[in-house]
Amino acid sequence: MTLLEVEDLRVTFSRKGSPDFTAVDGVSFDVDAGEVVGLVGESGCGKSVTSLAVMGLLPRRSARVSGSVRFDGTDLLRASPAQLARRRGKDLAMVFQDPMTSLNPVLTLGRQLTEVLRTHTDLDRAAAKKEAVELLGRVGIPDPRRRVGEYPHQLSGGMRQRVLIAIALACSPRLIIADEPTTALDVTIQAQVLDVLTGLVRESGTAMVLITHDLGVVAGTCDRVNVLYAGKVVERARREELFARPRHRYTTGLLAAVPRVDAPEGTALQPVPGSVQDRLPWDVGCAFAPRCAVADEACRAGLIGLDAAGGPAAHSARCVHPAELEVAR
Amino acid sequence: MTNEVGEAAAPEALLSVRDLQVHYPLRSGILQRRVGAVKAVDGVSLDVARGTTYGLVGESGCGKSTLGRAVLRLEEPTAGSVHLDGRDVLALGAEELRRERKRMQMVFQDPLASLDPRQTVESALTEPLAVHRVPGGPSAWRTRVRGLLERVGLPAGAGAKYPHEFSGGQRQRVGIARALVLDPALLVADEPVSALDVSVQAQVLVLLEELQRDLGLTYLVIAHDLAVVKHVSTTVGVMYLGGLVEEGPSGELYDRPLHPYTRALLSAAPVPDPVAEAARERVRLVGDLPSPADPPTGCRFRTRCPWVQETRCHDERPQLRVLPGHSPRHRVACHFAEDVEAGRLVPHRGADPAQLAQGPAVAGP
Repeated sequence: MTLLEVEDLRVTFSRKGSPDFTAVDGVSFDVDAGEVVGLVGESGCGKSVTSLAVMGLLPRRSARVSGSVRFDGTDLLRASPAQLARRRGKDLAMVFQDPMTSLNPVLTLGRQLTEVLRTHTDLDRAAAKKEAVELLGRVGIPDPRRRVGEYPHQLSGGMRQRVLIAIALACSPRLIIADEPTTALDVTIQAQVLDVLTGLVRESGTAMVLITHDLGVVAGTCDRVNVLYAGKVVERARREELFARPRHRYTTGLLAAVPRVDAPEGTALQPVPGSVQDRLPWDVGCAFAPRCAVADEACRAGLIGLDAAGGPAAHSARCVHPAELEVAR
Repeated sequence: MTNEVGEAAAPEALLSVRDLQVHYPLRSGILQRRVGAVKAVDGVSLDVARGTTYGLVGESGCGKSTLGRAVLRLEEPTAGSVHLDGRDVLALGAEELRRERKRMQMVFQDPLASLDPRQTVESALTEPLAVHRVPGGPSAWRTRVRGLLERVGLPAGAGAKYPHEFSGGQRQRVGIARALVLDPALLVADEPVSALDVSVQAQVLVLLEELQRDLGLTYLVIAHDLAVVKHVSTTVGVMYLGGLVEEGPSGELYDRPLHPYTRALLSAAPVPDPVAEAARERVRLVGDLPSPADPPTGCRFRTRCPWVQETRCHDERPQLRVLPGHSPRHRVACHFAEDVEAGRLVPHRGADPAQLAQGPAVAGP
């Protein structure tokens, strides 16, 4: 069942004295209940702005948002601020990258956890406190009864991130948006937090949108993946399919550029030349064309559709010359 | 580690570090009495052979950056020795050290923070040549700087620009050019690519490789990303809480990791391949890094080690040693490395996240 359906989402920022900037340029994707969907891309691809737009957290004055975000049948973009506030924290929850700035430094963890519970449920103070201890235990915080009275600075980064997850899970949301939830953490802690997050998602049937730049994290957690570049989805497939037969030249380029711990010694890296700043406007052609080794005139002949590559509908690529070869393992 | 104190450095080593310690005093009370010390680096010995790359890997707080800075004396070590090309760096006076710094340079993680925003790149890069009174004068210096900027792959005219005008990858190229301007023998690179996008990381890594090959540079690369370290390094050292727990030739260390911590690190590093991800050994650690102000007794890793034993681990700090059947350059600091490798010891705790909650209390928040 489709829980979240984002269609033709467009976010344009305007600032006095500089031209408008379209950060998200017609992004569509959907998420089923109990599924982890990845939005992958490098800085500036629009992945974080997409998540903020879905949550209704963009500044209304400088950001113009269009398209539709249907959550369980209602369009969140057309919901009133009060309606949104009722949903956020209850049906929709978000886990941010930086656990230090997302927690209030002067409130105990217990206060921050019970705040959500008291706002969205009818638990009384004692029951909410009990639930808070329970939640901290569920995300793997040792000695939750003691920790619940502590302040954020008394916890390590990994523990703080778990507290954020606990807050997000407090009202059993139906959708969690996790924006680079483990990027600030060390690898061993990252593994712990990802285990907690995906374990809880699978166990409770919550859907999750995972936003990351790390293809390794995607390979370990997501069911379906959307690869973003310059504000558009350039490739979409199930995880196994994407990594076994990547089609868009940006995806193949990224995979060849990432060093891997399991690579045989002497494996050469193949960097993608240039940077995201070297891009074409999408209506002129493929934004990635200036960095692409196989780009030709066909790539600069106007907007390219997500189905330009043909092939199965479940695996689409916005590419005129997609890679067809299976990646050698 | 300590059993090597006083041992002569290997002749081919450009950089030789012996039993290096960097302790920061902890003070308390109105008299600011010393109540303890943060043992950021606590007895590390390593050799970096000329023309090779030594990769130092570990998680935040393990002391890897402090070690790198101490080698250049950007941080004063409290004990131990550092020899560069046979010269004792720690014994140098201020003026001698200033001159010796020509030979060893640093590449920082965030090149924007290490460049003056109001100085053009050319002017910033010419400065060290003037400070060190490199012969030739301003016009020769400018020629050298322009040549270097081109060598690191920046477009013509880059010298006239200001740091903020560059993209992240270009800024790191500027940072590398700045480090190279005095023609050093040793580059210490602290997280040289971790601030960059994936597609750009590879560009900088390839550039570092080319420069090493062409200029005969020696690198000490410090990074938390195991894949990056594996890719660039000849020899890899794994640090945990101020000490080396394992060291070996890159390929061997990654193929046959011996220390439980190395195994845990490798098993936690994500691989962009769902099939490999699913098939991997999972060594999940519980808890967080203990405080370096109050490290565990005996083996520092014992509070998180899935293979911790009743004997020895608690009261005897393991030293780096060679295991029978392994290359003499591959050393590990674990009392039970043979038993762990042969599978004679079974890890205590599983990977089940539910069990994390019942994991033993960890030291310190």
